[in-house]
Amino acid sequence: MASESEGLTATGYIQHHLQNMTYGKLPQGYERHNADGSVTVLDSSTWTLAHSAQEAKDMGFSAVHVDTMAWSILLGSLFCFLFWRVSKKATAGVPTGVQSFVELIVDFVNNTVSDIFHHKNSMIAPMGLTIFCWVFLMNLMDLVPVDWLPSAAMWATNDSHFFFKVVPTTDPNATLGMAITVFLLMIFYSITQKGLFGFIKELTCHPFFAPKKYWFFNIILVPINTILETVSLIAKPISLGLRLFGNMYAGEMIFILIALLFSVGLVMGIVGGVLQWAWAVFHILVITLQAFIFMVLTTVYMAMAYDDHSEDH
Amino acid sequence: MNINLTLIGQSITFLVFVAFCWKYVWPALLGVMQDREKRIADGLEAADRADKDLELAQKKATEQLREAKEQAAQIIDQANKRASQIVEEAKEQAKAEGDRIKAAAQAEVDREISQAREELRGQVATLALVGAEKVLGASVDAKAHAEMLDKLAAEL
Repeated sequence: MASESEGLTATGYIQHHLQNMTYGKLPQGYERHNADGSVTVLDSSTWTLAHSAQEAKDMGFSAVHVDTMAWSILLGSLFCFLFWRVSKKATAGVPTGVQSFVELIVDFVNNTVSDIFHHKNSMIAPMGLTIFCWVFLMNLMDLVPVDWLPSAAMWATNDSHFFFKVVPTTDPNATLGMAITVFLLMIFYSITQKGLFGFIKELTCHPFFAPKKYWFFNIILVPINTILETVSLIAKPISLGLRLFGNMYAGEMIFILIALLFSVGLVMGIVGGVLQWAWAVFHILVITLQAFIFMVLTTVYMAMAYDDHSEDH
Repeated sequence: MNINLTLIGQSITFLVFVAFCWKYVWPALLGVMQDREKRIADGLEAADRADKDLELAQKKATEQLREAKEQAAQIIDQANKRASQIVEEAKEQAKAEGDRIKAAAQAEVDREISQAREELRGQVATLALVGAEKVLGASVDAKAHAEMLDKLAAEL
């Protein structure tokens, strides 16, 4: 099993699995607790890898999850390279092998996006494709048995405290990072489509607006609208990011719990193997569905940014 | 599960991948797919056209076959007519030739008959003279009776 010196406890094992490999800045005078029990006090603020969950926490915002970034960039590059290579070699003749597979996905995404998004914007469909494939690949890392890659990393670095989380989408930074980009694009397209005034008007004069005769009601209605609309606007990226994170995190957690069974004994180990297989099969559905949902919701939000409500009143 | 710079890093990574896909992957793939769609549509249309062409060609072929048959029948008819005509002509010619030969033979026969008659006539006179000599027992003066005998021979 993975955690040796952290007491071989179930809690330690789980916590170790849920800790990202964090590279960040520790402040001056920070006391680092080494594995042998000694304490090192830092002379100046230092950029370093966190050796414990506490250190990672103390690094605050100025830290990067190296594993999340590395895996997501690797998987994204894999997607881009594969699709780019296919698009270079693609012929309008009879498609074969990888090309038909890629075209299947492209066609599927194109149909889904054009069903939802009716405006003219050539970026939405490729963004949908990127989201679908990238999120799918990141989620797919969940199906790699939970101990394989972390153990390999520990063996490679010869450090039993080496944190290594292989599923980027179980890191809220990754999912919320994407959601923030979607949110910014949403606001950007909202403003370019309706103008700054139109965007503000949508936030303040919607859904309640009194006709001209009773204009004084609007003094009360505008603040109510602003609160309602702002909340619903902010809720979009947060729900988008947290939905993916929550699903993947829960799935990962169950894989970790099942993996705990392997340490109990032969019989429980076999049970664990069966359970892991069954959960992995079920999870194939979950990861595809979550990737699809992320794509569809992004497209829906973009369509909402384009939709003009000003004629509704 | 600390929120940190990864958030921003991931946002930027996301944008970069979207941009790459937008610029280099999507247009090429979609272009190829639309090209194929067009090609298939064209192919189907061409097949339809070919079907129509085939039908037309078949109709034309049937027509030509019918015409050819008609012509052949006409030619055979004409040939038959001509053949019977030739036979008729040949018959006529043969008949004429036959008539001619017959006429010539007749003429020859007539000529020979008259020749024979002439001879006979000449001999009759002599025979008559000889017979008369025998009957009379004396010679008949041929000179004296020549006129009578000639008259006799002429009557024969």
